[in-house]
Amino acid sequence: MSSVRVLVGFVRVRRPGRLAAEAGALVAAVVVAFPLYWMVLSAFKPAGEVQSAHPRPWTLSPSLDSFRRVFTQQDFGRYFLNSLVVAGSVVLLSALIAFLAATAVTRFRFRFRTTLLIMFLVAQMVPVEALTIPLFFLMRDLGQLNTLGSLILPHLAFSLPFAIWMLRGFVKGVPVALEEAAALDGASRTRFLWQILFPLVFPGLVATSVFSFIAAWNDFLFAKSFIISDTSQSTLPMALLVFFKPDENDWGGIMAASTVMTLPVLVFFVLVQRRLVSGVGGAVK
Amino acid sequence: MSPATATRDAVRVPVAKPAPGRRSHRQGGWTPWLYLAPALAVLGALLVYPIYQLGLISFLEYTQAQVSGGEPTSFQGLGNYSALFSDSQFWSVLLATVVFAAACVLSTLAVGCALAVLLTRVRALPRLALMLAALGAWATPAITGSTVWMFLFDPDFGPVNRVLGLGDHSWTYGRYSAFLLVLLEVVWCSFPFVMVTVYAGIRAIPGEVLEAAALDGASQWRIWRSVMVPMLRPILTVVTIQSVIWDFKVFTQIYVMTNGGGIAGQNLVLNVYAYQKAFASSQYSLGSAIGVVMLLILLAATLVYLRVLRGRGEEL
Repeated sequence: MSSVRVLVGFVRVRRPGRLAAEAGALVAAVVVAFPLYWMVLSAFKPAGEVQSAHPRPWTLSPSLDSFRRVFTQQDFGRYFLNSLVVAGSVVLLSALIAFLAATAVTRFRFRFRTTLLIMFLVAQMVPVEALTIPLFFLMRDLGQLNTLGSLILPHLAFSLPFAIWMLRGFVKGVPVALEEAAALDGASRTRFLWQILFPLVFPGLVATSVFSFIAAWNDFLFAKSFIISDTSQSTLPMALLVFFKPDENDWGGIMAASTVMTLPVLVFFVLVQRRLVSGVGGAVK
Repeated sequence: MSPATATRDAVRVPVAKPAPGRRSHRQGGWTPWLYLAPALAVLGALLVYPIYQLGLISFLEYTQAQVSGGEPTSFQGLGNYSALFSDSQFWSVLLATVVFAAACVLSTLAVGCALAVLLTRVRALPRLALMLAALGAWATPAITGSTVWMFLFDPDFGPVNRVLGLGDHSWTYGRYSAFLLVLLEVVWCSFPFVMVTVYAGIRAIPGEVLEAAALDGASQWRIWRSVMVPMLRPILTVVTIQSVIWDFKVFTQIYVMTNGGGIAGQNLVLNVYAYQKAFASSQYSLGSAIGVVMLLILLAATLVYLRVLRGRGEEL
């Protein structure tokens, strides 16, 4: 038996083969990481080195000038805060609403349950951009144009179907026996929901939230279409676009603003990375 | 569905059957609807109603005059659609959208699957490096990804032209090179999803199966074709359809990288086209008609998806 193992190990990972594979993986990692490296590098380069015909892949005199330009740009702090408010509200609301809905469709049998699930699936396919036109009129009629609400509400609606679909797997994973035991111990349904189920599903909620957070944080179309005259309600992507100028783009500023915008998502992503991978697997299965 | 959940479902039924009281507990009367109420309210108001409105506007005459209330709206019947379908630009945009989305999907799948297989053949350190890099690309917002790739390929200051010795060749000037540039960015930010999912799928294949194939002298390509693909088919189908849906709807990348659809609209895709029609030239009804066409195409993709799910006998 053990000799077979050795043989198998030998056949499967012949040394030169594995070294080639590892070299390939490292090259792929470098290529994939390169754009992000270049972004951060360019953000720290002094202006002369960014706008240079012979860009070097390093800098000997890092400077914070580009970041200074970004942060002293009119209202940048405000834009950042607005983005946080929008993404934060969407994450919290969609987590709560999706948790309740996911519980309903996994823990109960009722009429139209399957129909609803199919609707949630279909809803994920709806092209957000195509609905910009009617949403614009809806927001105008609700008096929400130029407010953060006009960004929060649509993103909430678009993040819900996927969040429900994904949370389903996590809620399903909590044994039914636990619910029965809680009922036997006299816990009411509400109590079970919030004091037992909620904490157990919480890691799944966090993983799901990443997607809502990213969608809301990245949004560029709604911010561009619904915040038309009151720039104090603008979000980060608009602050980024300021550095694109018809005559000459301020690449240092663009890269610094891009870095500032990417960082929170990256941190969020790395924190929930493990949950994310298993969560996506669960949603896909 | 994993075998574990399938077993649990199978177990649950006979347990629930003998106790009638418990059955009613699980049915719960109005409780599920109470739990669903907030979700349904939000989706109804902000998804279903706008879809209805989209359809409605596509049958009306709706331009700046109607928006400002200067003129009453008038019913156009299929007028907007016949105007759209007789416009040759619409057909070329539709063709570009389909070809571009197909190219994006194929490239994303090829890169994602190849790297997933590669991941199974390396030790922990290179695997961690590639995983982290992919995670970084995955997390990058579409808009910053677009700006960074534009900068990399910038004719004056970008490193790519220097390395390739292309001088001040502009990538966004030509139609195909502009599409290629956007494609590279789209693949970069969407292959991680495919890679991570397929990698998880390969890890779930029993090691003996792969070892047996390797012992029989099968090449890596043969193992992929004849062993992994059949076993991964459900995952591959889901990943493919998910990619189709995403890539068909690409908006930000095209809008930012080709500055709203390229020179003379050469890089327009349906999504950007609809937006430009509505918000740049105030032809809201034409934009809505394009939106309806997109919805119908994606609905067809969804039906295929549902058929696949049902074909696999998955319980929803």
